[in-house]
Amino acid sequence: MRSERVIDISALNKSFGDFQVLKTVDLEVDLGERIVICGPSGSGKSTLIRCVNGLEQYDSGTLIVDGINLADPGGVDRVRSEVGMVFQQFNLFPHLSVLDNLTLGPMKARGLSRADAEALAMEYLERVRIPEQAKKRPRELSGGQQQRVAIARSLCMKPKIMLFDEPTSALDPEMISEVLDVMVELAEEGMTMLVVTHEMGFARKVADRMVFMDAGEIVETGTPSVVFDAPKSARFRAFLDKILQH
Amino acid sequence: MIRPFKVWALLFAVLFVTGCSGGGTWGWYVIDPSTEQGMSNVRFLVGGFWATIQLSLIAAAMSMMIGLLVALPGMSSNRWIRLPSRIYIEFIRAIPLLPMLFWVFYGLPVVMRSMGVPISIDAFWGAIITLAISDSAFTAEIYRAGIQSIPKGQTEAARTVGLSYTQTMRYVVLPQAIRRILPPLANQFIYIVKMSAFASVIGMQELTRRANELVVTEYRPLEIYTLLILEYLVLVLIISFFVRWLERKMGSDESR
Repeated sequence: MRSERVIDISALNKSFGDFQVLKTVDLEVDLGERIVICGPSGSGKSTLIRCVNGLEQYDSGTLIVDGINLADPGGVDRVRSEVGMVFQQFNLFPHLSVLDNLTLGPMKARGLSRADAEALAMEYLERVRIPEQAKKRPRELSGGQQQRVAIARSLCMKPKIMLFDEPTSALDPEMISEVLDVMVELAEEGMTMLVVTHEMGFARKVADRMVFMDAGEIVETGTPSVVFDAPKSARFRAFLDKILQH
Repeated sequence: MIRPFKVWALLFAVLFVTGCSGGGTWGWYVIDPSTEQGMSNVRFLVGGFWATIQLSLIAAAMSMMIGLLVALPGMSSNRWIRLPSRIYIEFIRAIPLLPMLFWVFYGLPVVMRSMGVPISIDAFWGAIITLAISDSAFTAEIYRAGIQSIPKGQTEAARTVGLSYTQTMRYVVLPQAIRRILPPLANQFIYIVKMSAFASVIGMQELTRRANELVVTEYRPLEIYTLLILEYLVLVLIISFFVRWLERKMGSDESR
């Protein structure tokens, strides 16, 4: 069976002023594939996935998501309705209850009735195992719970692709696993995922492919078992040594 | 917090002492409600309240609307959309209220007539237009500061769950910004109330105009202007209390 290509990035370039964050980046992702992107800070990994749903604009190259070219008029809006995103800082809406955080998108962007949206929201809150927090405000929740709400909020839009931008980096250590567990389940259900993370245990468990970025380039890609045990490039080896020595 | 009645007590104590020991320089009889003339004078002065309130409320409401319409394009990433907003704010902010009032009241009808729109502007609307426009430059800046204080991640998350720009503003950014905007906006409203006194020079029968007219017939500026100041004080204190209540209700007093 031929797999469906859902993300096609070719020769992507982007600069912030004089600093080139992305240097001719190519990356292809098939439906259902789980990609883990790692690399030192400032290597352009966050910028890359933020380009995928149009939160950052790129300078040149092409970016096609689910058959939609982001450069086309209205392309960004159409892509955003297919792509969910989870942020490092959760970015929940503090003035709304957990439930209203989840129903806002389905009601305003998809036109669902309140009853339908709430039923959908409760379904996803149960999947991330916090239905009892529905009426609370985000700030009453722990960091791990907030991030799970953020994941549920994205899933309510029934995305085809999920982007994770360092989803566990702002969490206390004891809360990391509850978020990773939810992400592992999501992976097992076949969600297409692009995950920027330094959680190498998670990468080993779910990644179909590892992508190592440094200084705006993709330096090395491969299956976790291959790249972890025998990294080809010196830069990746040095990076792995640094993050795995503790 | 200083209790309001203490402020009052202090003020009256000062006035009473100076008034009684001043060797006849004070003449409270002009506004002594126990005499017939005094009562009628007080009625005349207090009768300006409604006009001042109306003027301030309508001008403030218009200023808040114009301010938002100026502020939103002022935050665009496109400099050509930002530019008109910037020019409006810098230009309007530079015009002192009194010259602008003269210009609107005496000049604007002439301009409009020459453009084939014969309108007459009375003192009431002349004052409202002037107050609203000159204040809108400041409200616009208040909105901008408030909106820009909301983390960029909020907008990003809203756009990611499919909301349009307008929906993002309406459901995510503005409800959060309004709690931060409220205190400076209230400040601005108090400013409007006080600036509405300028409407007296184009003949608007509000608090200050009435005081001026009474001074001309009674020759007691000290007592009459003292009462005038107290009238504004009452008005502003009422607004302050209302705003405090609103802030508590909307959670502006909470730290996040």
